Amino acid sequence: MKYESQRVAMPYFIFALILFAGQIVFGLILGLQYVVGDFLFPEIPFNVARMVHTNLLIVWLLFGFMGATYYMVPEEAQTELHSPLLAWILFWVFAVAGTLTILGYLFVDYATLAEVTMNKLLPTMGREFLEQPTITKIGIAVVVVAFLFNIAMTALKGRKTVVNIVLITGLVGLAVLWLFSFYNPSNLATDKYFWWFVVHLWVEGVWELIMGAILAYVLIKLTGVDREVIEKWLYVIIAMALITGIIGTGHHFFWIGPPEYWLWLGSVFSALEPLPFFMMVVFAFNMINRRRRNHPNKAAMLWAMGTTVMAFLGAGVWGFLHTLAPVNFYTHGSQITAAHGHMAFYGAYVMIVLTIISYAVPIMRGRPYGNSNTAQIVEMWGFWLMTISMVFITLFLTGAGVLQVWLQRIPESGEAMSFMAGQDQIALFYWMRFVAGAFFMAGLVVYLGSFFIKGQASPAEEVRGPATEDA
Amino acid sequence: MAERFTKSMARNIYLGGSAFFVLLFLALTFDTQLRAMPERDNRDQLTEQVVRGKHLWENNNCVGCHSLMGEGAYFAPELANVFDRRGGGDTEVFKSYMKAWMNAMPTNIPGRRQMPNFNLSDSEIEDLAAFLEWTSKIDDNGWPPNIEG
Repeated sequence: MKYESQRVAMPYFIFALILFAGQIVFGLILGLQYVVGDFLFPEIPFNVARMVHTNLLIVWLLFGFMGATYYMVPEEAQTELHSPLLAWILFWVFAVAGTLTILGYLFVDYATLAEVTMNKLLPTMGREFLEQPTITKIGIAVVVVAFLFNIAMTALKGRKTVVNIVLITGLVGLAVLWLFSFYNPSNLATDKYFWWFVVHLWVEGVWELIMGAILAYVLIKLTGVDREVIEKWLYVIIAMALITGIIGTGHHFFWIGPPEYWLWLGSVFSALEPLPFFMMVVFAFNMINRRRRNHPNKAAMLWAMGTTVMAFLGAGVWGFLHTLAPVNFYTHGSQITAAHGHMAFYGAYVMIVLTIISYAVPIMRGRPYGNSNTAQIVEMWGFWLMTISMVFITLFLTGAGVLQVWLQRIPESGEAMSFMAGQDQIALFYWMRFVAGAFFMAGLVVYLGSFFIKGQASPAEEVRGPATEDA
Repeated sequence: MAERFTKSMARNIYLGGSAFFVLLFLALTFDTQLRAMPERDNRDQLTEQVVRGKHLWENNNCVGCHSLMGEGAYFAPELANVFDRRGGGDTEVFKSYMKAWMNAMPTNIPGRRQMPNFNLSDSEIEDLAAFLEWTSKIDDNGWPPNIEG
């Protein structure tokens, strides 16, 4: 850590991990409700648990991105953060608002929540992932704008690096696209079309810029490879992400009202969406092969490699599986979608946040070369337990999805099984998914446990000539 | 990557490529929204009642369990075609089905998935039914493959 103000990233990372734990608890509740339908009913109905599960994910990833930004931008710009105080104030505002919203979901009936938060004045609630009361949405917008101001002031007064430019472009895109969450026309078809401007253009657009920038930064630090090489890769990767991903939005427009040309556009462009993720894999492994040092923080290196591979599998391969219109006609809104969603979010966004945490947190704790060997081994156990569990969650959900499509979607009307009858048939897959989820929770506990092991690693050993100044 | 491929070339591909595709996406969005959708989403039948139904749909977080045109949660049945599946395409039949269904919830059958009772009045249930009926008539390129959704 070269600048004292980078330390403000710490509360963001800690809070992100706390929310992550909450997300997994609710994931287990949901997994059980899939097979024991009345579990926790009526105290926590499925829709409430799901809202908590998905909203916690979004919010903790935002905390993770913000922490990453506060850590990276000053170091890249070679200057102190414009206002650490503002960063602290925003942390508390966001943390309190986020917590209150989640408590609102849990303890207030949703219709009542809509009423007391005066949803009537500007109705934005009750849409998937955008369930937050309008006042919370406004709060998120305000926090993000103030955060961007703080970051822009920092970046502008210092060195302009490609990592910073790409990261900030991604964050500005995130903020601008969030504004579509306030647009909720009474025409459902229009509502759905612009809903995807937030959801798709975040995760298959600007978030990839954020992911690419974090990955590039960590690789510069860990491998000591010349920044020129890494920045060139970063540009090519994000170019591919946007060239494929923007029109790739069309794969969501197949069955919600827009005209037929989207069947072609969406299929062709989204079929290319795995490319940027594949390039990230090649990029990470290439840079690691050309490393100028053997960085002692092997855990961070593992996360960096892992995030590219799992993002490619989850977002790339599992996305491609059901993205072509003739396939999607049968798989749309089935458990196949759920399988893809789980592995894509884990691989691309959970793991990139855990990558920067693995790299930056030891440094902020006064362990410049990483945690002790023991701590790293425990952390890597957490990595493997969570990652392998997620592979199994995805495989079991895929099995459930294939069966669901076979029973419920493929036969003609009259012969097809009803939704609920089909669900009973695939219960075994849901049970196995639940067991895999329990292993994921165990992995998370091991991972969190690694933070409590003392000691630090020794300095890096340089290979192939000296590492760059930046590293 | 070959050395001849420079960083500024990479940057230009990024800037040029994304600018082009942002503009293309905006053009397609205008075409979709202004030219195509009015023909496809039967907006002329978007009555006050349908709008009230949509708000009820949202304020009770129905999408937290059900999917609508395949989007939402996958815990409970698809509802964009429930008008055809349970109402047989008949407004009056569907309304009475909806009233019977909503009032019978929750079933409290042990171990089964439970739908809460949202305590909607009869006229609110009619609003919701009107919203679902309107939704079922959006031209969605023939999705879902069969009546089961």
